[in-house]
Amino acid sequence: MAFSDLFSRRRKDEPELDTGAAKAPVHSTKVLAKFIASLNGRASPVLLDLGSVTGSNVTFFGERLGCKIIVEDLSKDIDRAVKEKTLAELPAHLTRRFSQPDGSVDGVLCWDVFDYLDKHAAAALAKQMVRLLKPDGVVLAFFNTLEPKESNPAIYTKHIVVDAAHLQYRPYPAARGKQRPFQNRDIQRMFEPLRITEQFLLKSQQREVLFRKAVEPSAPGAGA
Amino acid sequence: MWKRDEAVKPTSQPTPAAPVASNVQPSAPVAQQAEPRRIERDLVNIGKSVVIKGELSGSEDLTIEGHVEGKIELKDHLLTIGPNGRIKAAVFAKAVIVLGEVNGNVTASEKVDIRDGGSVDGDIVSPRVAIAEGAHFRGSVDMQRKGGTTSTSTSTSPSANASAKPAPSQPAVTQAAQPAAH
Repeated sequence: MAFSDLFSRRRKDEPELDTGAAKAPVHSTKVLAKFIASLNGRASPVLLDLGSVTGSNVTFFGERLGCKIIVEDLSKDIDRAVKEKTLAELPAHLTRRFSQPDGSVDGVLCWDVFDYLDKHAAAALAKQMVRLLKPDGVVLAFFNTLEPKESNPAIYTKHIVVDAAHLQYRPYPAARGKQRPFQNRDIQRMFEPLRITEQFLLKSQQREVLFRKAVEPSAPGAGA
Repeated sequence: MWKRDEAVKPTSQPTPAAPVASNVQPSAPVAQQAEPRRIERDLVNIGKSVVIKGELSGSEDLTIEGHVEGKIELKDHLLTIGPNGRIKAAVFAKAVIVLGEVNGNVTASEKVDIRDGGSVDGDIVSPRVAIAEGAHFRGSVDMQRKGGTTSTSTSTSPSANASAKPAPSQPAVTQAAQPAAH
């Protein structure tokens, strides 16, 4: 062991991050705190996570916020469609994909899944989210605003919740890269009748959006 | 001085007693060791070639490496699904460690731990759930908080997730999480 190694050793009070996690960048997020706040007032909220399963997110939302979490990792569906060359059938697949009843979910974490979908598949998925959402329920989604470059490697991103204001982005290989970005109005139309209640364009050129389903006037306790 | 510090570390690690260690040790050589009565725990294994169809219940820790279809009930004990284990059953136990494949709902009164390479297709009900980085999971997780005084401990096992580390920054989250409760 080199003498200098003795001084470069990790201090005992430092957190013990594994190398992969330590390398992954941490980004700030504006919309996650609003999403969490929306879930807070509810008893045992049901949360649908469309991203890759992450133990710490399950802990965060399950243990700390008391959510029931449903994990439906759509990256696997996209990968399968690419490998089996059935991308044209993806909209129909997404329409059948979710077995949960209408209005059964309080919040949906879409992360950046829409970036990997074509227009029709994205519209089919958005329609399902609208169907699943309870009145006053919220959807969190990220949209890329930059044209994808051919040279960019095809990667998905695991979004690890660090805290309400920060997410760690952990890349992992994908069968398909990001597709052309959606225009703002297209996003709005896809999710109608949901309202966009928060929208932020970050320095990274990523748009963070929070959608909310209107409370039906006939449902008195829906907003409580 | 520093070297001594490092030399001490490894010996202090294996102490945490429970699940993983018990899985590794075969029952025979254990008797030879210095502390035979420290933990009087029988280790029951269902081997690779064993196929069970029906209801399996017991009152001791169990490791399954074979195939089980039906229902598994070990209410006060640890169930380990080994890397070769293939389960198509509803599982009820105190704690469940998954290194193999489970197809069915898992209910644990203490903890469910899906390790790297483990796979669960089904719904999990447990107050603590750890899902490792390379694990597969599809279904729902219900961590049913009992009353107001919930487990403040982090659920992640040492192997499970380095991503759970952000703990230091969590006070901010707690703040966001609790006052808004009405």
